Amino acid sequence: MNVFAEIFRPGIMDFLIQTGIVLVKAVIVVGVLMLHVTYATYFERKSIGHMQVRLGPMAVGPHGLLQPIADFIKLFFKEDIIPAQADKPIFFVAPVISIFAGMTAISVIPFFNGFVIANINIGLLFVLAMSSLGAYGIIMAGWSSNSKYSFLGGLRSSAQVVSYEIAMGLSLVGVMMMAGSLNLTDIVKAQEQYPLGFFWPQALGFFVFLVAAFAETNRTPFDLPEAESELVAGYFTEYSGMRFALFYVAEYIGMIMMSLIAITCFLGGWNGPFAIPYVPFAWLLIKLYCFIFLFYWVRATVPRYRYDQLMSLGWKILIPLALLNIVVTGLVKVL
Amino acid sequence: MNPLLFGYLAAAIIVFSALAVTRKNPVHAILFMIVMFFHLAVMYLGLDAEFLAAIQIIVYAGAILVLFLFVVMVLNIKEEMSGERFSSGWPLGISLAAGIFLLAIIMTGNVFPLGQQGIYTPALIASETHTKALGSLMYTQYIFPFELASLILLVAVIGAIVLAKKRLR
Amino acid sequence: MPEIFRTQLMVVLPETLLAVFAMAVVLLDLVIRKKSVLAGISIAGAAAVFYSLFYTQGFAFNHMFVADGYGIFFKFIFLVSLVLAVLLSNKYLSVEGVNHGEYYGLMLFATVGMMVMASASDLITVYLGLELMSLSVYVLAGFIRHSARSSEAALKYFMLGAFASAFLLLGISLTYGLTGTTSIGGVASYLQLHGLAKNPVLILATILYVVAFGFKIAAVPFHMWAPDVYEGAPTPITAFMSVGPKAAGFAVIGRVLLVALGSMSFEWSTLLIVLSILSMAAGNILAIAQTNIKRMLAYSSIAHAGYALLGVIAFSPEGLASMMNYLLIYAFMNIGAFTVVTILRTEGMKAEELSDYEGLSKTHPLLAALMLIFMFSLTGIPPTAGFIGKFYLFTAAIKAGYTWLTVVAVLMSAISAYFYLRVVMYMYMKEPAKQLEMAKSYGARFALLLTGLAVLVIGILPAGLIDMARAAIIDFGS
Repeated sequence: MNVFAEIFRPGIMDFLIQTGIVLVKAVIVVGVLMLHVTYATYFERKSIGHMQVRLGPMAVGPHGLLQPIADFIKLFFKEDIIPAQADKPIFFVAPVISIFAGMTAISVIPFFNGFVIANINIGLLFVLAMSSLGAYGIIMAGWSSNSKYSFLGGLRSSAQVVSYEIAMGLSLVGVMMMAGSLNLTDIVKAQEQYPLGFFWPQALGFFVFLVAAFAETNRTPFDLPEAESELVAGYFTEYSGMRFALFYVAEYIGMIMMSLIAITCFLGGWNGPFAIPYVPFAWLLIKLYCFIFLFYWVRATVPRYRYDQLMSLGWKILIPLALLNIVVTGLVKVL
Repeated sequence: MNPLLFGYLAAAIIVFSALAVTRKNPVHAILFMIVMFFHLAVMYLGLDAEFLAAIQIIVYAGAILVLFLFVVMVLNIKEEMSGERFSSGWPLGISLAAGIFLLAIIMTGNVFPLGQQGIYTPALIASETHTKALGSLMYTQYIFPFELASLILLVAVIGAIVLAKKRLR
Repeated sequence: MPEIFRTQLMVVLPETLLAVFAMAVVLLDLVIRKKSVLAGISIAGAAAVFYSLFYTQGFAFNHMFVADGYGIFFKFIFLVSLVLAVLLSNKYLSVEGVNHGEYYGLMLFATVGMMVMASASDLITVYLGLELMSLSVYVLAGFIRHSARSSEAALKYFMLGAFASAFLLLGISLTYGLTGTTSIGGVASYLQLHGLAKNPVLILATILYVVAFGFKIAAVPFHMWAPDVYEGAPTPITAFMSVGPKAAGFAVIGRVLLVALGSMSFEWSTLLIVLSILSMAAGNILAIAQTNIKRMLAYSSIAHAGYALLGVIAFSPEGLASMMNYLLIYAFMNIGAFTVVTILRTEGMKAEELSDYEGLSKTHPLLAALMLIFMFSLTGIPPTAGFIGKFYLFTAAIKAGYTWLTVVAVLMSAISAYFYLRVVMYMYMKEPAKQLEMAKSYGARFALLLTGLAVLVIGILPAGLIDMARAAIIDFGS
């Protein structure tokens, strides 16, 4: 085997062009994503503020519009504190894994017909695989900080994510059965004949997915890993400055990712009641914003679960419900 | 599969496995194991077994190793690190393993005729998608072993509860 | 649907039925407080399964599973050991304070695994059956959770068992790579067709199979787990796993070595001869040094695996039939001996040391007499069943040309007389040192009656059993 012949084989240009296109697509998606993350924080503070009859951020810029940028600058220049007894390599790698897991999953989501970074056959499984990796960032952060608060947060998270992952995976099986494919583009196309997407035939699956998505992203009412009143800030108690910001961003990316999966699998993806000209991804964005708002709405409304309640909800209610959904879907499909 | 890719993956799998076995810090050992599983998943991808690759990550990296970490993290790491990593018999073990490995190479090198081929060529799998091919085989030809495996899992669940539940009636 | 029912589901009816009973027992455990009811249901299940055995015939599920006479004979052995072990269990578990319903469920699951192994006509089925059986038995070995020895037994058994499974899987994958099939018949015909008998890869695979099955039947040098596990596990489970998994291991040896690797008979019989001699020698000689009766019986069970291997080594229908006979006889006599040990376990008394048996004939003459029968049978003294079993094994080995091996086996039997008859000597020639109580368990007494009768009846009228085993293997390997 001639190594050089292998590298410079004919068709290498095609390969480079393909790679280039993928890279450009990835840059666009990451750029848009980061913009959304930045303003999702602002949106959250504003909407929760108004729900609690406050104004939210008002000082920086008109109606506080520049607040996220001010936050970013502050975090960027803050001192990066590393605990003396921390396990440094793991401490450094943990936030990166958190971000990486969320971003990679987004690479298989179709934003509109024909625009997806990686159109792979096992898209849905890939998403599940990547979201399961997010747990590692949290566990590693909790353990490597060498702090009791962080550690408890990390332990809670690992148990929570592993438990709810099962329910989430099972709730998506109904979608896989309806669409007959794991490719997310095919799943969206399969929903075109249903007026409400898979939301209506798969309402039970959607409900289970929604609850599991809240738990997977560690959002209220399942934000036990970072419960302020018990654990300071949970697994990222010891993080500061840019590294803290990475976790913060990862949480919002996780939220956006879960919303995108819900939209792609249950709500008809980029399709809407009527086509909006020139902006093929308009419906996707509208649905995404509604979903993100739902996350904030729940946060402002529902109190936190107790840990044993959280576990029994996951194992004794959601998983049986998801299994029931699979059985019913299978029966309907056969009959 | 591209031989360069295969070379890298094979080397990485060996190196990370060795690291996983030799680290004194059990948490580090498990993290190296995760890296190793990732390379294994890519290896499956290279063999056109994309379903297996995804399952490899979801089940092994995403579930089993999280549980491993869960257990290992509550150990006293300092105590673990102060002890000897291997029992004193390790040189014997390694030479035995190397001997068996050499024997296997001598016995299998150049004398491994390929067995009969099934109907599933890489082209057929690619056209049918790996997931579908695997699924249809699993629920037709291999339905009996599949159901048996479910019994095994049931026994494992019952066994775990029997051995570990805090208080049985 | 009816067509599928007849050709596929009917063939696995016994296994399905037993699995259903197992799940029912686990579920009923939630509502039934009296655990002896669950034991009753388990025995009823075993009876129903036994009845259904006669309705199964032929291959099913794409040649994954076969119900032939060979398999059915082994299933009979498993059901016998299951029923006897369940009979022993209820009282013993109450004494140990671990009378939970899952125990019976796991026992039934283990039996399902063994039955699948005996009927496997594909290497994948072999492996899965083996795992189902092993996992259940690992848990059962550690069932007395508060006892460190029981937990140790479970852990040791699990570790070494997992190791053996890895060897088996490696052997299977090598075979698959070489032949492109996992079907046992398919492997045999492929090897025949392509003349691969002397292929080094196949030799390696054969070695791996022998190692894996050697672990399961506890043959020396793969026996290290047996004494500790037999000693630590609950006694009814020790009785169960000294017979069931061992017989299942032999059933699979028959399928894999005799059929799939039939063209490799020289290689594996050489390996098995070594294993057999070592097992007989180490088992019998080390048993002499034991003072704990469960450990002694563990070493004796190692030695008996060595005897039974003679039937495989002979590589003839006669050898196979005598091996099957021997395993059935062994089930009765070994469980019988363990029944005596179990029945002497009461709230205040462990009664596992040999010295506890001093003067048993004075305090419990009937029990001592039965123990005498079992010990005679294990030694192979006529007119007990053990003699018949050994007689046919040795005859088959001599006919196959292994006279020297038979001489070794007879010598080893003579050595074994020392430690078996020592128990008899303790019971009959010493004065009672301790006051032993018999547990008030009708199940155990019934099991004692059953095993005692079986050992004597087979010993005096062996013809029926011999004919049954011969008839069972007429369609073997087809």
